[in-house]
Amino acid sequence: MTNSTSKRLQPLSPNIQIYRPQLTSVLSIANRISGIVLSLYAVALVLWLVAAAEGPHAYSTAQVFIGSWVGRILLSGGTFSFFLHLCGGIRHLIWDAGYGFELRTIYTSGWTVVLVSSALTIIAWIVSMMLPG
Amino acid sequence: MNNEGMRSPLGRALGLGSAKAGVGQWWRERVSALALVPLTVWFSVSLIVHTGSDYATFIAWLRTPIVSLLMVLLLAGTFYHTALGLQVVIEDYIHSGLKILVLIGMRVICAGLAAAGILATLRIAVGR
Repeated sequence: MTNSTSKRLQPLSPNIQIYRPQLTSVLSIANRISGIVLSLYAVALVLWLVAAAEGPHAYSTAQVFIGSWVGRILLSGGTFSFFLHLCGGIRHLIWDAGYGFELRTIYTSGWTVVLVSSALTIIAWIVSMMLPG
Repeated sequence: MNNEGMRSPLGRALGLGSAKAGVGQWWRERVSALALVPLTVWFSVSLIVHTGSDYATFIAWLRTPIVSLLMVLLLAGTFYHTALGLQVVIEDYIHSGLKILVLIGMRVICAGLAAAGILATLRIAVGR
């Protein structure tokens, strides 16, 4: 199907930059961006498992990379993306079930997503560092 | 000017009904999301617990039947959900003929990665 109407200059809705960023719109795009980011981390998960299947040498190479500064920065970014997408996703599932559409509730759940995903990221790293090894 | 160009997008769409395939995609994305909540929480807690574990400990853990099973489910669910999510992103931003190629390529990559991850898990589970 060809899009013949695209050549006719019809009025478009205002561009996205015109709108003032709000919690609702920021979290909406954040859920999408974190989803795209997590698909890249899913690639890393497979590489890590393949390294483990290859043997101790390949696995230790992977572990050295994860333990490096670059690896740690990437892993903390991945941890936050994961918790943000998890919490944001649960918020979406609650909406899909038909609950939480009142404006007050939307803002409460939005800030809950921001706080809980940040807290879980920090807790995950603290617990991970406190464990021996 | 051809007749089709005179009609508004609404005029062309009216009476055609919906494509009808969208609801199924929507449901699959939600159900896979729901399945991934316990699976990803289990996986992230396991990763934290295994910080600093050596190779032998990690492999011994991954070889436990329940862990191997959960890992296979995690990989299948992750790449299924990823393919559905990326499909929506691609359909939102790519409107040229390239769309179908990108969609097919994305699905091939997702299927390949899921297969590679599951194979690696099974190799570990059966001791290669």
